[in-house]
Amino acid sequence: MPDIKITPLGAGQDVGRSCLLLEIGGKNIMLDCGLHMGFNDERRFPDFSYIVPEGPITSHIDCVIISHFHLDHCGALPYMSEMIGYNGPIYMTHPTKAIAPILLEDMRKVAVERKGESNFFTTQMIKDCMKKVIAVTLHQSVMVDSELEIKAYYAGHVLGAAMFWIRVGSQSVVYTGDYNMTPDRHLGAAWIDKCRPDLLITESTYATTIRDSKRCRERDFLKKVHECVAKGGKVLIPVFALGRAQELCILLETYWERMNLKYPIYFAVGLTEKANTYYKMFITWTNQKIRKTFVQRNMFDFKHIKPFDKGYIDNPGAMVVFATPGMLHAGLSLQIFKKWAPNENNMVIMPGYCVQGTVGHKILGGAKKVEFENKQTVDVKMSVEYMSFSAHADAKGIMQLIQNCEPKNVMLVHGEAEKMEFLKSKIKEEFKINCYMPANGETCVISTPVKIPVDVSLSLLKAESKMYNAQPPDPKRRRLIHGVLVVKDNKIILMELKDVFMEYGINKHIMRYTSKVKIDDPGPKLRVAEKLFNILQEKLSEWVVKFQENGKIVVESVEISIEDLSSSGMASTSDTDTSQSQSQKNICVTWNNQDEDLGSYILNLLHNIS
Amino acid sequence: MKLYCLSNDLAKSCFVVSFKERLFMLDCGLTEQTVLNFLPLPLVQSSKLSTLPNYPPFLEIKECCGRTFIDSAPEFGTPSEKMVDFSEIDVIFISNYLNMLALPYITEGTDFKGTVYATEPTLQIGRFFLEELVEYIESAPKASSASFWKDMLNLLPPPLSDAYKPKNWKQIFTMKDVNNSVARVKIAGYDEKLDILGVLQATPVSSGFCLGSSNWVLTTSHEKICYVSGSSTLTTHPRPINQSALKHADVLIMTGLTQAPTVNPDTKLGELCINVAMTIRNNGSCLIPCYPSGVVYDLFECLTQNLENSGLANVPMFFITPVADSSLAYSNILAEWLSSAKQNKVYVPDDPFPHAFLLKNNKLKHYKHIYSEGFSTDFRQPCVVFCGHPSLRFGDAVHFIEMWGNNPNNSIIFTEPDFPYLQALAPYQPLAMKACYCPIETSLNFQQANKLIKDLKPGVLVIPEQYTKPHPSTPTLCIDQPQDKKVITFKCGEIIKLPLKRKMDRVYLSSELAQKIVPKEVVTGVNLSTITGILHVKDNVSHIVPCDEAEAAEITYKCPSREDLLKKVKYEYGNLDIELFMKKLQQDGITDARLERNTGGQGTSFTITIPSEDTVVKIEENSTHIVCGGKPSLRLKLRDFLMKCIQNF
Repeated sequence: MPDIKITPLGAGQDVGRSCLLLEIGGKNIMLDCGLHMGFNDERRFPDFSYIVPEGPITSHIDCVIISHFHLDHCGALPYMSEMIGYNGPIYMTHPTKAIAPILLEDMRKVAVERKGESNFFTTQMIKDCMKKVIAVTLHQSVMVDSELEIKAYYAGHVLGAAMFWIRVGSQSVVYTGDYNMTPDRHLGAAWIDKCRPDLLITESTYATTIRDSKRCRERDFLKKVHECVAKGGKVLIPVFALGRAQELCILLETYWERMNLKYPIYFAVGLTEKANTYYKMFITWTNQKIRKTFVQRNMFDFKHIKPFDKGYIDNPGAMVVFATPGMLHAGLSLQIFKKWAPNENNMVIMPGYCVQGTVGHKILGGAKKVEFENKQTVDVKMSVEYMSFSAHADAKGIMQLIQNCEPKNVMLVHGEAEKMEFLKSKIKEEFKINCYMPANGETCVISTPVKIPVDVSLSLLKAESKMYNAQPPDPKRRRLIHGVLVVKDNKIILMELKDVFMEYGINKHIMRYTSKVKIDDPGPKLRVAEKLFNILQEKLSEWVVKFQENGKIVVESVEISIEDLSSSGMASTSDTDTSQSQSQKNICVTWNNQDEDLGSYILNLLHNIS
Repeated sequence: MKLYCLSNDLAKSCFVVSFKERLFMLDCGLTEQTVLNFLPLPLVQSSKLSTLPNYPPFLEIKECCGRTFIDSAPEFGTPSEKMVDFSEIDVIFISNYLNMLALPYITEGTDFKGTVYATEPTLQIGRFFLEELVEYIESAPKASSASFWKDMLNLLPPPLSDAYKPKNWKQIFTMKDVNNSVARVKIAGYDEKLDILGVLQATPVSSGFCLGSSNWVLTTSHEKICYVSGSSTLTTHPRPINQSALKHADVLIMTGLTQAPTVNPDTKLGELCINVAMTIRNNGSCLIPCYPSGVVYDLFECLTQNLENSGLANVPMFFITPVADSSLAYSNILAEWLSSAKQNKVYVPDDPFPHAFLLKNNKLKHYKHIYSEGFSTDFRQPCVVFCGHPSLRFGDAVHFIEMWGNNPNNSIIFTEPDFPYLQALAPYQPLAMKACYCPIETSLNFQQANKLIKDLKPGVLVIPEQYTKPHPSTPTLCIDQPQDKKVITFKCGEIIKLPLKRKMDRVYLSSELAQKIVPKEVVTGVNLSTITGILHVKDNVSHIVPCDEAEAAEITYKCPSREDLLKKVKYEYGNLDIELFMKKLQQDGITDARLERNTGGQGTSFTITIPSEDTVVKIEENSTHIVCGGKPSLRLKLRDFLMKCIQNF
């Protein structure tokens, strides 16, 4: 039983810094290469020394697969490729390849220019890293080498997000990355076919949540925003530049239009224009509705949403501002937060998950005072709202995906341990399959049955199917196949016996047994044979019993014939009384070695008759 | 395996292949050349066309410029319906948007129940082509439809008298048919391995000819069939051809080679630019009849650059087709299907095609029709107009010819090779405007095709008969007959047998079964093991799992089943080691065994008699016969000994 081994370097019972090592069929694959937003030291990067304590890493990894452009999935990639020195192939979808470098550059600026960090990757390193990327399209079968095949499926989490199916030989794994099972305003739902992987590695961010309908959440969001601006408050919505931001923009844009509102909405992302261009060019990755209407009206051309200028922070009056980054851990969103937090009229809406250690996580936990590195503290008087708009699958969605692809084992990553436990028991209960949830650095070994591909001679299959089809249809009937497996030059062929003897010039040796049973029956030979034939037909109902003209009964290689004892040259000499020879007959049974069980059964049967 | 050839148009193919008891259609091309036999459909009534004399005795045939034309809604040549029952076709594979225009006839007009596969650009752009055709013809409706002539071909002059199966010609389908038909197409990506009914794996691979164009690779565990249609090895806007996927096919079907084999597309592109510049300098305008997608994108790019270089940067370009907006919009969202140069632009981010920029700067303007809002105010001459239809029988091009035809300063430049340009112009003669023929045909020419075939090394090459016949003007232009390869040719309407003899299939052994196998080296390098297992067939995939374990009970009392018997079977080979056998008998205390050597007859044989047990063993070179009169237990013991004295697997 060959094994599949998985070791999370990140995202093991944890959200943030997704990075898994997968060993399958002798290949080593890194799934995502993310960054932990909650740390500012080396802990933010995966522990690459786990792979190899020292020396080049390239020979230890066959390929890296990036599921989507979020930094907790690709943020450590330039570090790995340019600073650790990985030169092998990196796979991601076209939109991810287009957008990831922008987010990486954004993060680099925040880290280096605002926080003054050193030992961080440079702009050039990001560029060099992206040169190593091979872009893939959905459902395209990519052969990484002659044995390793990967294929991307639509994940619907952000633009270009993909799940990856990975196969070596007959073993396969699906890694979901982050995904969403319900279509939203700009993306479609994740989809996978019944690919029956040996292992499904799924995210479990919302392992215990069954989210209410999307529509309710949207209405709630709009109501809160509207109420706040109506009383003159300012609304801060920390977002990541691409993804949820676009969905919320579409939402507010249509609401503002419908309600004829005039409060300013600003988008402080710096790359609004660029971001929307990407959405326009990769419109094939958005949902059905947007794709259908894009020629007439591009959903990403916003009328009410204007670019933000830092000077607006202190502007009086109501406004709505989208600002990056999404977890209030640095940058403009944090800057705005510091200004607006002390005013109870204002509001911050956290539309996504915040990892531990970020300001976002703290205020969601109810912190009324937030402390910063420079001993500066900020009172949080503004209202803090959490709205789950993160496009992750909820418990129902995860179960749905398991049902869709029918894995033999499930592994939960990218979630919190307690929640995982709950989901794990649910999965075991409902699908009766194993479920794993390794912690970071813990290797999980899953043994999988392999099936061995074998070439089979068509005549052998045809003979079987002829025999099978000749019988009355019965779905329970077992189809027996019998042949000779030939192993030659590393090839395995299943052939018919006669072909094997011919093809390889082997001398068959036929071994035959003959035994006799005496019976007392005065009737003529033919009559006795008929009697026997009837008995055998009844007893050997599963077999074809043939009665030949010369009185011989044949079952497979077993032949039964009757001889008058007097005329038999083979008559025994010791314990027979020759005077009664007229009614005594010998039943002669002969069979090939291969039919030993059948032959000895018949012989035994005849003994009992006589 | 058989190949049915349903189309007589080499550039718009339609085949059906029978394989593994299934029927697969390869492409669904529409023969559009038939429309050249019909009178043009002008947008506004033309006094010239409405007063043409009849060609007696036909009321529906008119004489115009010394030729005869059918006065009817135009008709198209469709795939032959007589050769196969469309309801039995399992799957249709489409290779590019030019080869799917007969699809509505098949999916909506027959009992076809199968699945259609195409790439996303093929589907989208194919839809534009279909919609354009329907709109063009519906916007100039013709009350009459002619059919009498089809029964009296002998009374007609050529080329009408030579019409190929005119009863197969059909009027255009409706927009509803188009919508229903494209809704049935399933999308496939390049290099996606599609499981087709468990029978084979189908993969579309890039063919380099146009956006989303593909060659189809059909594989089973042991056979590989490649269908090459509409391919290009030139560098234009689409993704380059994937040649390696086509290598070493057992059967390679190749069609869709260039229709303009004697010209070089680059030279013609240069000529086109020069002609346009000359026309503009003479204060004339240019009409370039075109399809709504394809080479026209390259023309926008080349021509603007060329005009700029010639100091004619301000000449307006108009792109007029009912699907202009969609075509231009879609071309810029299909980055994943473009050449890497174009693809890399989206990472900037920048639009992959420069026409997006031309549109923003108003250098290129697009309209659905000439009567669309804004056109009359924007229109100024001299200008370059790209519009359909290249046959010049319908579409806005008809209007431009009528408007510009009398002025010798204007010109019409033909780039699409689908229609012989003189025939296209026939009903408009005499024409003062200049006509140039600059076919820009990027599909493989004969030289490129020969090189490709050489590289691909197919087992058997299947091509239309015409490709093996030298071109009338240039005898070297044909497909070479490779000495060592088999070439099979076909004609339209033919059914040919393809030499693909299937000998092997694929099964999967379960690991439980595999673990029990102990192969034995019977001949040097050949290891054998007899196996018996249960065959599970699911979705046409076969697995073999072990039989049940033998029951411990004494089976002689129960009738053994075939499974009981076979699962224990091994086969003996070679010679019996008689010496060893005698020794075993001795060791067991059977002391009266007597070995005799018999010579004569057929070689040497031996007889061992054991009088005490009434048993005789006859041993020949390839057989052993045990005649046992003693107790069954003795026979079983002898059997045991014998098995140790002979090899088996």
